[in-house]
Amino acid sequence: MDRKLVKQRSEYKWLLERTGKMRVDGIIYASEALITEMDNKVAEQIRNVASLPGIVAASFAMPDAHWGYGFCIGGVGAFDPGQDGIISAGGVGFDIACGVRTLHTGLKVHDIEHRRTDIADKLFRRIPAGVGSTGKLKLTPQRLDEVLTGGAVWAVEQGYGIPRDLRFIESGGQMRGADPAYVSKEAKKRQEEEMGTLGSGNHYLEVQQVVEIYDEPVARAFGIELGDIKISIHCGSRGLGHQIGTDYLKQMTLAAKSAGLELPERELACAPLDSQVGRNYLAAMRSGINCALANRQILTHLVREALAELMPKADVQLLYDLSHNTCQEEEHVIDGKNKKVFVHRKGATRAFGPGSPDLPDEYRTTGQPVLIGGTMGTSSYILVGGPQSESLSLGSSCHGAGRQMSRTAATKQWHGKDVARKLEQQGVLIRSASIRGLAEEAPGAYKDVSEVVEVSHAAGLGTKVAKLLPLICVKG
Amino acid sequence: MWEHFHHLADIGVRGTAATLEGAFEDAAVALMAVICNPGEVTPQTAVEIRCDAPESDILLADWLNALIYEMDVRKMLFSKFSVHIDGENLSAVAWGEKADPARHQTAVEVKAATYMELKVIKNTDGQWIAQCVVDV
Repeated sequence: MDRKLVKQRSEYKWLLERTGKMRVDGIIYASEALITEMDNKVAEQIRNVASLPGIVAASFAMPDAHWGYGFCIGGVGAFDPGQDGIISAGGVGFDIACGVRTLHTGLKVHDIEHRRTDIADKLFRRIPAGVGSTGKLKLTPQRLDEVLTGGAVWAVEQGYGIPRDLRFIESGGQMRGADPAYVSKEAKKRQEEEMGTLGSGNHYLEVQQVVEIYDEPVARAFGIELGDIKISIHCGSRGLGHQIGTDYLKQMTLAAKSAGLELPERELACAPLDSQVGRNYLAAMRSGINCALANRQILTHLVREALAELMPKADVQLLYDLSHNTCQEEEHVIDGKNKKVFVHRKGATRAFGPGSPDLPDEYRTTGQPVLIGGTMGTSSYILVGGPQSESLSLGSSCHGAGRQMSRTAATKQWHGKDVARKLEQQGVLIRSASIRGLAEEAPGAYKDVSEVVEVSHAAGLGTKVAKLLPLICVKG
Repeated sequence: MWEHFHHLADIGVRGTAATLEGAFEDAAVALMAVICNPGEVTPQTAVEIRCDAPESDILLADWLNALIYEMDVRKMLFSKFSVHIDGENLSAVAWGEKADPARHQTAVEVKAATYMELKVIKNTDGQWIAQCVVDV
């Protein structure tokens, strides 16, 4: 990023001063190295979001920010309905409630050392992944509506999991205010056979080993010990969420003109929260969140079944489940007053600190687990929402590594089979439905997640708790 | 002619042709090439597609999104397209076959055609260009 665009306010905080049509400042959390790597487009997108009606606090970008659609990936913006605030389909994106769920397994590294190949093969057979994959569950429109209002609660009621799971999912596993009536029949049709599927691209299921603990007391509260085996699932709301995004992007674009909204970029398509289109989208988007929560819950059930067959002593329990593409109604202190605002997080993770009423009792005194996904060959991290995250970034942190190379460039540089072989030499078993997909997802195509995590930690967005290395990676 | 253009996180798809319809058809081939090698897909089954939009660029996004929808619900891949555009209305036929992991090396699903870099223009050489970034 051109350094003339920003002013450094502290070691990790950079300011995009309010100019022109901006209603608030832009704030980027990054190191010198990360801000240098960021595209100028990130600054442009932060400014565009800052110009939208009803935005409060600031237009934020997390340390993993990169050029997205409308909002940058890693963008956070809160809108006040009392100030004609908007909701944006582009601000949530096409993969509504894409997120990460991390599972305890009750196993240690030595428990699985001699079964790793069996576990990899079984998980790959059990977890539907890749282009055109379908789940075993076929849903009628009526049952799908139950999913869209019930989320993970619906899944548990159907036998996909146990009630205790729900305590460790954001919003208790069910987003209130969803209304499937505002989800198109096309969106529902796309989901008929896709419940309990992983998808493709950067989505994955990983078996991971805890290799480093940074904060013993918090790690203990989270149930993390050195040498533990954890499983992380990264996926979202599948075809249903993609279609909701598609449907409302068009509706909002066409409605924006009649609502007198001037869009700096069409992907910022939005509608006033207090408008028919805005309300409809909110109800549909919340349905998409429930779809994603149910999807990750069903995948958890498949993991439990697979592990039980191979490792009878395995005890799969949720550590936490969070979504990083959402718009959620939250209470924040804005200009010294408590306000209910609608916070868009596009490729950004909620990172509520200690005391938040939204957290389960087990995490109330520590803050929430913040799950940061790496790549097939690099570490993932678990952070905890810091006490300052509320005032710094409306309780938000980074979400992952972020690409540094396009898919086209990655396929020119690497071949999928070589990527798999090299990772295997490093001790990571890869199971993938797509050889070309492996090349596109090669670890070298992503930024160094460690740098992103270090900056989040140092800036106070989230505090490092543990580092996990992949042992098995199932990709679409 | 179809091609992909650079986008850091995703991929841009572009069709260039002497006619508006041709550019839409080539953009569809570019979309397919994100997912698989269109040359491996036999155009044996026809699917009719209709959509409409008040602006030609939004019509392009609608067209590509209609293909993404058909691929998703039919579990098909396409390789040949015939597009007819009459004002705000597009009618088309896409030919392809059921996706078969044994024969089709698929890379990634496309979630949606976005409005990023969305353009339908006639350049100074009289060629139509239809393009956008797709989210993968």
